[in-house]
Amino acid sequence: MNGFALYLRYVGVSVRGQMQYPRSFLILNASQFFGSAIEILGIAALFGVFGHIRGWSLAQVAVFYGVVNCAYALADAPTRGFEVFGPEFVRTGAFDRLLLRPRTTALQVLGFELRLRFGRLLQAMIVFAFGASALRLAFTPAHVVLLAWALAGGVALFGGILVLQATLSFWTVDALEVANILSFGGTQAGQYPLNIYAAWFRDLLIFIVPIGCVAYFPVVALLGAPDPLGAPAWLLPLTPAVGFLFLAVALRVWGLGLAKYASTGS
Amino acid sequence: MLRPYLAILSARFQLVLQYRAAALAGFATQCWWGGMKVLIFSAFYAGAGGLAPMSFAHTVSYTWLGQAFLLFLPWYVDPEVADMVRTGAVAYERLRPVDAWGWWYARALAWTAARIVPRAGLMFATAAVLMPLVGLGRWGLRLPSDGSGAAFFCVAILAAALLSASMTVILNAVAAASLTDRGANAIAAPIAIVFSGSMIPLAFFPHALTPFMRLQPFAGLMDTPFRVWNGELTGAGAVGAIALQLAWTLVLALLGRRAVEAVMGRIQVQGG
Repeated sequence: MNGFALYLRYVGVSVRGQMQYPRSFLILNASQFFGSAIEILGIAALFGVFGHIRGWSLAQVAVFYGVVNCAYALADAPTRGFEVFGPEFVRTGAFDRLLLRPRTTALQVLGFELRLRFGRLLQAMIVFAFGASALRLAFTPAHVVLLAWALAGGVALFGGILVLQATLSFWTVDALEVANILSFGGTQAGQYPLNIYAAWFRDLLIFIVPIGCVAYFPVVALLGAPDPLGAPAWLLPLTPAVGFLFLAVALRVWGLGLAKYASTGS
Repeated sequence: MLRPYLAILSARFQLVLQYRAAALAGFATQCWWGGMKVLIFSAFYAGAGGLAPMSFAHTVSYTWLGQAFLLFLPWYVDPEVADMVRTGAVAYERLRPVDAWGWWYARALAWTAARIVPRAGLMFATAAVLMPLVGLGRWGLRLPSDGSGAAFFCVAILAAALLSASMTVILNAVAAASLTDRGANAIAAPIAIVFSGSMIPLAFFPHALTPFMRLQPFAGLMDTPFRVWNGELTGAGAVGAIALQLAWTLVLALLGRRAVEAVMGRIQVQGG
């Protein structure tokens, strides 16, 4: 069985397991929907007071918000294993068993669970649809490809951040939630167009944790506006590639951590 | 008569205070969140600051206070109680010669206070002292302008702690009744985030909602003490707002007591 078929097998088991509790599935999805929907209500309330943020309208911000939240939600579902890697695998010693199997560790951790959560995704799609229809965005095939490409880059980036968070567990299993600053905190920052931020913070979000490359530049291209930061128009649609680069680097670092791993014993 | 409650209060306070890594991690996260919110507000104010219901300095102070006291929000069922509910150990609570509500209230108060104290201390040191020292005072936490404001704030923040604990005990009762903490945890946080002022200051909601926003119980967790800090509530206004906090605490305490009694009266534990 090749790796991909094995992964599909893992996914099947995970999905069947979660559907054993259909009511729990519904409640958790509904609560995620409402829990994430309050954010856009807060943003809308601020626009109700101020009208705009550095010239951007609520509808435009809704498009940024929709794209970054969709990417985060899509990345969050399959990477549960990396998220809980410290407490579930390293602390318990369960990781030793993974090392004994003739498959890569990354594949096995990825197969830990495909979390069926559609609340945030649905919420983000509604907000995106609101923004796109209010702006009367024309969706040519090129736009659809650009959107899919930006989302793919975003999923790769957030996946990479979670792999890095899991890699930290090879050194410490304490207080790993600090890494949420990068994943969830990055999503929050990416909900607004980057040119509203102070320069140092903007640079952080472009060059260090490149949320801007998957959620800002391609969306500016989608909106058809010239970039207020002055990036040339030909560059804007190319930037999501940085997300894949980030993921590749993260997997390299994962390999380094793996080489250093010593079991806690059991 | 109060001794067992004071004993659990101080024991739990000292125990929870030991989690230093958790406190540091929480502090780091809250710095990020606070900083981001301040940057976003600053961008909004740059365009149309005249339209805002609060000055930029007050909004910034409100934001940092919101991060310092973030754990006043009833995020979760008390994890020890959630564990007891899961394992059935909650039945032991029936054996203690103490009032179950009072026991859980004292635990909740200690749990909240012990997590708040180090986080708030670090946040004050950073936002109110360090930031002005390095020249970032415009983005930092401004101190209350006079002594009476500071005194009122101390009372209001204590009242917020009492109010928060009364909410946590209600969540405990919901968890005990539904045999899991999941439902209560899922519902409580989003409501508290919106209505306390944690997401955005309550003054930024549409004007028609303002009277309701000021009167509902969650305002007492953050909005009331923060407005006292900013000097928006002084004298009789501050006294009235604190009285409202305490009145809600009493109402929720009575409600919580009824709920705990009802749940504990018909609790069933499966053998094993």
